[in-house]
Parts: sequence; structure tokens; C-alpha cells
Amino acid sequence: MSPNKGMIELENITKIYRMGDVEVPALRGVTLNIYQGEMVALIGASGSGKSTLMNIVGFLDKPTEGKYTIEGIDVSGLNDNKLAEMRNKKIGFVFQTYNLLARTAAIANVELPLIYGGTGQKRKRAMEALERVGLKERATHKPSELSGGEQQRVAIARALVNDPSLILADEPTGNLDSKSTVEIISIFCRLNQEGITVILVTHEPDVAAKAQRIVRLLDGKIVEDKKVEPAAGN
Amino acid sequence: MKWIESFIIAVRSLGSNKLRSSLTMLGVIIGVGSVITLMSVGRGAEKSITSTLEGMGTNLIYIASQTPGVQGLAAMGMASQSLTLSDAEAIAERVPSVVAVAPITENYAEVAAGDESVAAFIEATTPEYEYVLNFPTEYGQFITARHVASRDMVTVLGSDIAEDLFGGEDAVGKKVKINGRQFNVIGVLEAKGGQMMGISMDAIIVVPITTYQARLFPGQTVRGEDAIQQIAVQIESTEVADIVSADITELLSQRHRITEEGKEDFLIMTQEQMMGMIQQVTGLLTVLLGAIASISLLVGSIGIMNIMLVSVTERTREIGIRKAVGAKRRDILLQFLLEAAMLSLSGGVVGIIGGWAVSWLISTFSAAAGISIDAVVSWDIVILAISVSVFIGLVSGIYPAMRAARLNPIDALHYE
Ligand SMILES: Nc1ncnc2c1ncn2[C@@H]1O[C@H](COP(=O)(O)OP(=O)(O)O)[C@@H](O)[C@H]1O
Ligand SMILES: [Mg+2]
Repeated sequence: MSPNKGMIELENITKIYRMGDVEVPALRGVTLNIYQGEMVALIGASGSGKSTLMNIVGFLDKPTEGKYTIEGIDVSGLNDNKLAEMRNKKIGFVFQTYNLLARTAAIANVELPLIYGGTGQKRKRAMEALERVGLKERATHKPSELSGGEQQRVAIARALVNDPSLILADEPTGNLDSKSTVEIISIFCRLNQEGITVILVTHEPDVAAKAQRIVRLLDGKIVEDKKVEPAAGN
Repeated sequence: MKWIESFIIAVRSLGSNKLRSSLTMLGVIIGVGSVITLMSVGRGAEKSITSTLEGMGTNLIYIASQTPGVQGLAAMGMASQSLTLSDAEAIAERVPSVVAVAPITENYAEVAAGDESVAAFIEATTPEYEYVLNFPTEYGQFITARHVASRDMVTVLGSDIAEDLFGGEDAVGKKVKINGRQFNVIGVLEAKGGQMMGISMDAIIVVPITTYQARLFPGQTVRGEDAIQQIAVQIESTEVADIVSADITELLSQRHRITEEGKEDFLIMTQEQMMGMIQQVTGLLTVLLGAIASISLLVGSIGIMNIMLVSVTERTREIGIRKAVGAKRRDILLQFLLEAAMLSLSGGVVGIIGGWAVSWLISTFSAAAGISIDAVVSWDIVILAISVSVFIGLVSGIYPAMRAARLNPIDALHYE
């Protein structure tokens, strides 16, 4: 991939939610390129469209209008099955509310993408992923037996188990205390250093400060897109 | 996604709510169990009647009295006794292809010996009965033409009666009282083991028909001759059954002075017709029982659909999570279909075992009660029950599964 060519290219993306007769515009023409290996922080007030944008980038939702290409592939031409495959192979999603399967051991949660991805050595790969987030010892614990920070680390292990090129994290530290926040963010930084592209939605300035680039949304539009100087003591 | 993984997921999610899963299964268990039980009992009854009929010999024609113009059950209630001994003799002498003729009159009577007393089914007949209806003696002898001619007070006991009255002792030569009149026991019949309309074939006693008419139950026909109830005719082969029936009809019409067709005061039935009639009745019974049981299967399947719909709604977030990590529509569809199929299949298996056990109990207790219904659970019923229960699972699972598969991932994730 040439450095000038975006890994993700969004061109004039709009998203309008229809609620009965009322139309709610969540995105109003977003154009954004994200490059391989970047760590981008997406910030903005509540309701500015951050989650909507993340869902579109992660193939969980479709834009009303606009063009979305990922690694040169036009997403609008893909059917449901192909989108599911892309979610499985290319992307790891991390949610604010963890979204782990309840009553299911951590290791089984991490294995989930491999079940649908059809690759061998599931247990071993899931264990490696748990090890990368430092939760190997908790493999057999159920989500209810884990702290918020630990649950989020399981979710990150699940996101990275299938070796995605992109990790999308929508307010991953929104429900966590400051100690867990530091841990989680440092995991994202490490993954980014290992070459995975990371897009992170956050409200917290110190979290955003860890990114190399900050994109600010306001009322469904990008109002700021700036590079960050590497902070000292990173 | 591979089948084995879908299977594991289904087992896990069913196992995570055991009480609900087993209650849902209960519907199918009861449905399949009752189908199995009722079908096998119906078949057992059919089989026992058929084998009894076959045990009586197949080359048979029965003639019974009937009141012309009265049909169905009413005819049985008011059967006039239009047949006579001389009718039987005439058939034996004049109709071709007839091997032997046994006139029969039946009744209940009290049979006593010493302190013992039992109710028996009297067969008043002639010596031909022994081979026309296939009742060989185990001990002693059958009634003879001389016994009939001289109205002797002799009787041949069925094996159950002999056992009841005399236990292990040899009954031949003993005396019994039939309705208070003394008879000599001259023989004991071989045990047959069958039953006919609830009457054991071994709980009969045989007396000469003339003795019966003169000393036990004197009955008269309209024309004043000694009446008999039925005539059993043994013919050369089943092929001539129709011709012989026609010949007998002609002969009896002539003898009874019947000029109009359809006004006959007798009814002729071949063994085949009887068998067909009985099989029709028992077959209908089996179908009816099966239909009743199917209703409970239907209720069971509605239960599965209901639970699957609840399950889809409850697990909307789970579906969203699975889709977010790459589950395709057919993965979700397969998962929910498998769950429904497994619920009903395991319910079906338990139902089969339960139905089989109940059938076995019915066989055992009915044998103990003297009515032998050999309720065998045959493979075709089992296979039918399994396929029906899987089918039910799939049919009741398909709609909930499709609802689950169609969910939009982001809507499913945001479901509260
Ligand atoms: N499913 C939906 N239906 C209707 N409106 C929605 C839906 N999801 C989001 N919105 C609206 O779209 C706008 C952007 O929402 P969102 O992307 O969640 O914002 P953020 O994540 O930045 O807080 C908000 O006004 C929100 O109310
Ligand atoms: Mg949001």
C-alpha cells in the first residue's frame, strides 16, 4: 500500500436515521482518510456522530450516502455474507459495554471470531490473545467473575485474536476507573506499535493525547483533524 | 462455521437454561410418548385378533341369522334364530367344495365342580367343530356323532376351565355341573392362547348341540325347528369361497322360502371378509389413537416455537455480538435451528423410551388380566416418531431462527 493511499477512505459519508416522519442526520458529509499503522483518536461532544461513524467503518451499519473503500475495496458492492467475513477477518471491535457473552468463559469469548473464521488451533490462538492482554490466568473465568478492566481486556483479546489490520474502539474506557483506563490505553498503544491501525473514540483528553492524530466531530461533520506531537514519557 | 461448533453452541445454550429446556422438552416427550404407546397398543390389539382368527383356520365361511331389513348393531341385538340343524346338514350334503360343516350355538353358563365354580362360554356343536375350527383335544376325546345322536350329557373343557376347576388333576372322567345339570368330562382342549372380542379361547366348554337344545337352553325358530345361531363351513380352499357363498345363499333362500334378494334371514361371511372387517375396525382405532396423540405433539411443537421466540428476543444482544465478530446469517440460522431440533429430538428420544416402557407395562398387565395385547414398539413407529419430532423441531424453529438471522447487527447490539 502506498503511503499516500488511505487504508480507509471515506468520501462524503452521510447517515440519516429515520424515526417515523422525523429524519435525524447523524453524519453530514464526512470525508476522511486513515492510513495503515495510524492511531487515531475520534473526539467530539455526545451525539456528534462518533459511534455512527465507527459502526460504518466497522461494517456494522451502512451509510445513507457516500463512498467507503477499505484497502481498495468498495464496501457498497459487498453483500451481507462478505461484510460478515470482513468484520471477521479485517476488523476487531471493542465496545464501551464490553459486549461479552454472559455465562461464557473468557477463553470461549475470545474464540468466538475463530469459530466463524474457520481457522484451526482455536484454543491455542485464543490463549495467545489472552496472554497479549495479560489475562492468561483468567481464561476460565466468566465475565461476571471479572472486573470491568479485565472484561475490557478480554474484549480486546477477542478483537485481536484473528489478526485484524484494524481495531475500532468506541469509548473503550468510558466505563472504567483511571487505573484500568491507563492499562487499556497502553494495550492499544502496544498493538498500534505492532502495526495494527487503531481508531479510538474518547472523551478524555489524556487518552486522546496518546494518539498520533485527533479528529474532532461536531454535529456530524469533521471540524478538526490534527497531528499530535509524541508526548514525552510515552 | 462447522457443524460440530454449531452443535456445541446449541448444547451450551440449552444447558445454560436447563429448567426451561426440560419443560419445553416435556411437551414433545408427552406427545411422542403417547404416539408410541397408542400406536403400539392399537397394533398389538390388531395383531392378537388377527392371529386368533388365523388360528381358527383360514378356509372358513360363517353363516349367522339375521332379521331382514335390520342392519348394523340393531341386527345383532335382535338376531332371530332362523338357522337350523337341518340347514347345516343340507349344506354339508348338497353344496360342492364343502369339506365339513359345524353348527354352533353359543352362550354363557355356570360350570361347577365340587366347590369351584366358573363362568364359561358354551360352544354347543357337532364333532366337526374340532377340525373346522381347529380345536384339537389335549386329553381324552372330542364329542362324537353318537353323543350328538343320543343327546349325551358329555362335555369337553377348554384348558383354562379345566385348570380352574381341577387344578393339575386329570379332568377326564370327572363330573361337572353346567347350569346345575350334571355332565361327564370326556376331554380337555389344547391351550390356544388367543382371545376373541375379550373372550379367551381357552375359557370355553364344548357340548353336543342336541344336548344343549334339549336340556340346557331349549330355543325355537320361527318355523318350529331346533334353532342354531351360526354355521361354520370349512371349504376346500379360499379360492372357492365366493362360489360356495353363492351356492349356500341359493340353498338357504330356497329352504327358508325367500324369494326376494336382500330379504335373506341369514348372513354369510367368509374368513377373509371377517378379517378385513376386524382389521378395518382396529386399523381405524389405531389411526384414531394416533390422531389424538398427534394433538399433544402439536401442542409440544407450539411450546418449542414459543420458547425459541422468547430465546431469540432474550438473546438479541448475543446475536448482535456474534454478528459483530463475523457470524453470517446462516450461522445464526443454523444455531437456532439446531437448538430447536435438539430440543425436540432429545424430547423425542425420551418420549420413545417412555412410550416403550408404558407399552411394555400395558402388555404385561393386560396379559396378567387375561386379555393379551402384545403392544410391541416396532421400528417403523420409532423411526416415524423420531422423524416427526425432528420435523416438528425444524418447523417450529425455522421462524424464530429466521427472525434471529435477519437482525441487523447494530440494532441487535443496542437491544436493551
Ligand atoms: N439508531 C438510531 N436511531 C435514531 N437516531 C440515532 C440512532 N443512533 C444514533 N442516533 C442519533 O444520531 C446522532 C449521533 O449519534 P452517535 O453516533 O451515537 O453519537 P456519539 O457516539 O458521538 O455520541 C445522535 O443525535 C443520535 O441521537
Ligand atoms: Mg457513542
